[in-house]
Amino acid sequence: MTVVNPYSPLSATISEIREEAVGERPIKTFKLVLDDEEEKKNFSFVPGQCVMVSLFGSGECFFAISSSPTQKDYIEVSVLRLGKVTTELHQFEPGDSVGLRGPYGNHFDVKGWEGKNLLFIGGGIGQAPLRSIINFTIDNREKYNNLSIIYGARTTSDLCYKEEFEGLRKRDDVTVHLSIDVEEEGWDEFVGFVPDNLKRLNPSPENTIAITCGPPIMIKYVIQNLLELGFKDEQIYTTLEMRMKCGVGVCGRCNIGNLYVCKDGPVFSYEQLKNLEGDM
Amino acid sequence: MENVILQKEKLPEFIKNLASNHIVYGPTKEDGYSIFRHIQESGELNLKYLLTRVSPKSLIFKQTETLFKFTPGRKGSVTSSDIYEEKSVIFAIRPCDARSFKILDPVFDGDFEDPFYISKRKNTILIGLTCNKPERNCFCTSLDDSPGSKENVDILFTELDERFYVEVVTEKGKNLIDSLSSLFDKSSSDEEDAKKNIVNSSIETISRQMKQKGIVSKLDNMFDHELWVNTARKCIGCGICTYLCPTCHCFDMQDESTLSEGARIRVWDSCMYPEYTHHASGHNPRPTRMNRVRNRVYHKFSYFPKNEGVTACTGCGRCIVFCPVNIDIIDLIDKVEVLAE
Repeated sequence: MTVVNPYSPLSATISEIREEAVGERPIKTFKLVLDDEEEKKNFSFVPGQCVMVSLFGSGECFFAISSSPTQKDYIEVSVLRLGKVTTELHQFEPGDSVGLRGPYGNHFDVKGWEGKNLLFIGGGIGQAPLRSIINFTIDNREKYNNLSIIYGARTTSDLCYKEEFEGLRKRDDVTVHLSIDVEEEGWDEFVGFVPDNLKRLNPSPENTIAITCGPPIMIKYVIQNLLELGFKDEQIYTTLEMRMKCGVGVCGRCNIGNLYVCKDGPVFSYEQLKNLEGDM
Repeated sequence: MENVILQKEKLPEFIKNLASNHIVYGPTKEDGYSIFRHIQESGELNLKYLLTRVSPKSLIFKQTETLFKFTPGRKGSVTSSDIYEEKSVIFAIRPCDARSFKILDPVFDGDFEDPFYISKRKNTILIGLTCNKPERNCFCTSLDDSPGSKENVDILFTELDERFYVEVVTEKGKNLIDSLSSLFDKSSSDEEDAKKNIVNSSIETISRQMKQKGIVSKLDNMFDHELWVNTARKCIGCGICTYLCPTCHCFDMQDESTLSEGARIRVWDSCMYPEYTHHASGHNPRPTRMNRVRNRVYHKFSYFPKNEGVTACTGCGRCIVFCPVNIDIIDLIDKVEVLAE
């Protein structure tokens, strides 16, 4: 009898690499294709879910899938160069191999949110999981009401998915508001932090779900401002990350209170988080 | 199932027979302390001292374990991910240590199935040994367990003068005893009574009690209490409590490789270390010792009961005995009891 070894990843090949952000905090998007045709056909996920990407000899990292499940045959992960594995991955080229296991974790309630206005509020690399649901809702446009995106980064070179935002701006059924933290020449949009841009834009909570992801401090003030704007706890969602090893709720380190971010998250409603005492 | 007797003089033959088709682990004496080792004969056993320093958890959930092998690098791939099965027996495991597997089962054999743990658990026969001389810091009775509990073993031995009273608990245990039936004699109610007496006198010598009833709801209101700051002042963060704890299950996964071959290896980790939760970004959700001490206590007495319905403590007392700065989990939980009011 063959026992499945859940720690052993499937083989995947990097088919394409795009530079999203350059400079001190580079971000690249890696398109990954599973090598085995059968596995490729069987792999399915919902926006918000994550994968463990293995570099053989360096280790593994837990990444949100940044592509939409409406794109078949591949997944994408957007990776900020930061630690051991991500620094190594940034040196990889198309045609190189990685290991893949997952998908893991819960997901955005894309079914339950049909018919609602969706407000996406992202900061920096935190846009990666939001990109998955944004592209999913664009590909299922008729099922959702208004779609608006508020996204910011420190500088123009830190902004991800610039071309995609330009593409979205050409549509009349989605609004995009970008910002950078400090003034730069040639920038004619909002300058300041994402929570301030949110406050300035003053979106209505009516029939709306707000989904936010970014650095912990940004999430904190975005939630605070959403509450001030009249959003209810159950209208606010975020997706979190922690240092992880197993990805399946066993190795112990990613807990907030009694919940494991890898297994019980990464998507949490503010209603859940508010009542959760734990180290974040 | 019918209980039997094993004369002590037949123990060597019993162990020899076990060792012929199982890997047999038993408590041995080593440099003044006791530890479970792979044994070949009964002469290696030390049945007097039962609280081994490292718990036999390490025989099922190994301190280091290869998860799979690979060729390293950018063109790397998995080369083998087999799970080996071998039949083993853990002989003379204490009831509290046997209970640790029951506590760990939902972690490794729940929503997620860990084949490394499951295959060893499935292929291991637990032969318990009634505790006739509890240690100074034992408190299994506070956790609804008993020094003579047979609930979590396949077979339970109880030492009576020149013989062992052998209780056959599970089908797995019965098959083993049946296969060696010529070694055993019939038992009578005398042995059963003798066991009861031993267990009762053992229970009487357990002097420490942990007031852990209702602890989950008490801890719900104590997350920001200064108790954690004060306890953490004493802690040196060595992590020995986590390594010796029979129910701690945290692990790290690390790649070890040469230029041509490598392996992903699981190693025990400890929530007492800052690196354990340190993000690559520099952010650490548990940056201070206070956070880590608090998390350890909450994991055992709040989170685990909430998730799995059982306190993650067996009352073995190792964390008390071996803590270099005398942090005492019983005292700590007693303080929670008092302060929560």
